[in-house]
Amino acid sequence: MSEIVLFKHLIDPEVRNIENYIKLGGYEGLKKALSMNPDEIIEEVKRSNLRGRGGAGFPTGLKWSFMPKGEGQKYFVCNADEGEPGTFKDRYIMSENPHQLVEGMVIGGYAIGASVGYIYIRGEFEFVAKTVQKAIDEAYNQGFLGKNILDSGFDFDLYIHLGAGAYICGEETGLINSLEGKTGKPRLKPPFPAQYGVFGKPTTVNNVETIACVPDIIRRGADWFLTIGPDKNNGTKIFAVSGHVNNPGVFELPMGTPLREIIYEHAGGIIGGKKLKAVIPGGSSAPVLGPEHLDIPMDFDSLKKVGSMLGSGAIVVMSEDTCIVEAFTRLARFYAHESCGQCTPCREGTPWMYKIMKRIEDGNGKKGDVDLLLDICKNIMGRTICPLGDAAVLCIKGAIERFRDEFEYHIEHKKCMVDNKIPIF
Amino acid sequence: MALRFDENDMKALEKIRERYPNNTACTLPFLHYAQDRFGYVSDDVIKLVAETLNLPVAHVLNVATFYTMFNKKPVGKYHLQVCTNISCSLLGARRLVDKLEEILGIKPGETTDDGMFTITEVECLGSCGTAPVIQVNETYFENLDEKKVEDLIESLRKGELDV
Repeated sequence: MSEIVLFKHLIDPEVRNIENYIKLGGYEGLKKALSMNPDEIIEEVKRSNLRGRGGAGFPTGLKWSFMPKGEGQKYFVCNADEGEPGTFKDRYIMSENPHQLVEGMVIGGYAIGASVGYIYIRGEFEFVAKTVQKAIDEAYNQGFLGKNILDSGFDFDLYIHLGAGAYICGEETGLINSLEGKTGKPRLKPPFPAQYGVFGKPTTVNNVETIACVPDIIRRGADWFLTIGPDKNNGTKIFAVSGHVNNPGVFELPMGTPLREIIYEHAGGIIGGKKLKAVIPGGSSAPVLGPEHLDIPMDFDSLKKVGSMLGSGAIVVMSEDTCIVEAFTRLARFYAHESCGQCTPCREGTPWMYKIMKRIEDGNGKKGDVDLLLDICKNIMGRTICPLGDAAVLCIKGAIERFRDEFEYHIEHKKCMVDNKIPIF
Repeated sequence: MALRFDENDMKALEKIRERYPNNTACTLPFLHYAQDRFGYVSDDVIKLVAETLNLPVAHVLNVATFYTMFNKKPVGKYHLQVCTNISCSLLGARRLVDKLEEILGIKPGETTDDGMFTITEVECLGSCGTAPVIQVNETYFENLDEKKVEDLIESLRKGELDV
């Protein structure tokens, strides 16, 4: 059994209740944190090599250190907008072990000098938000939230803010605008949120899973965290496996666990004993991999080396019965739908890519369409305010580069090369 | 007739207001509240939220039309939101949509004549490990197949499920 950091409900199914959480060492991290000074906490998190679990893998301690020192209103915001296709991990931290997040929010708030925190939960997860709210209420009752927490003189209030259905709000500046009551259109950076964030005040935004790692890092120390996972990629990671596997679900494993072990042992292998055709390793925006990558260690740096990314750790498995053109046409539609419309290359480019892919899928593709798609990709990449356009490119270009023959086959034969597929359109 | 929030509504809204440093930030939570209260976000609801928060109607309209969860027209008593993104589609979400169309005689985006059901195709609901999924109002129904969809509709028609 590997180390459990986040999924403590596997040790005690009732850990969502504060008494049970405390029995497992809950809020000890907070007590210890309040006896340290904020800079020591940031230093400890830096030393742990904790990196952002939302997708970017940015060092968390370093991000915290960007916050200005001294007095003045600051905010600590949790990104619980979980919307990257294939991703369903934060949901289970919040519904099964919510105090892990609440405790992490208080410690993080203390470290960066914030007196108010918001957990931005996607609107569809209202049922999850109710569980988190109950945990927040319990934490207030026990004196872990509110005024003068545990007689430390530190005040911290924590609120939930529900989104309303927009993938773009998972981008941190889109999220900040949405929290301010506006449309979730991302902001140009700089200024970065640490200088000018929510309500114009210094703000740090971290993903649920990232924040949930913090209580144990403080309680057990960075040295303990460093014993899990490969160098510079430490800690456990929740891998969310979906698609054509026998046992889909979420698995907390050491960072760097081989992809093969995750798919064939934890997720039970491919449905019907079929062959693996393609696997998206980190949510839909991570370039697709093939069977030759099964032995790759699932961590930030190893996936980067093969031209993909760990992203959110969402693994979407596709068997030999999948039509790649059809599957990625569906994803092209997603990006076209979710583009906020602010930047021309993304607003115009994503629906155009969908239109071309749909006609290829429908058997009406034209000679040269594949190159046209690659040309559009080139003209979106790096030319937009936020990474949504880039994400669409990484997704579609990744599929074309790996499976160009399937696209060309569709265009030439006006039909799919896969029989017995489950229809997507 | 102009809509209004009653005393209880105002109490609940004031509690929401306390969480934020300004009125603008209340736009999303007030719209959520108003949608629950009045069924959907009509032009009158938008005006009411704008007046209550002392914000321009154009701002509230802008926000209400940006986010997909705010329904700008009435939806059925049961809003069937079928995820058709990648993980659900790989496991047959299309067949669920087809089944719903067959049972209810409507297409996605439409509401049955009796006002009971609306079908909407939605993007990833974060339920990929329990795919395919349909969200009915606020409740997720997971690990579905065509037979379970038939049973689900049957139960909803009989009023057996609290969603």
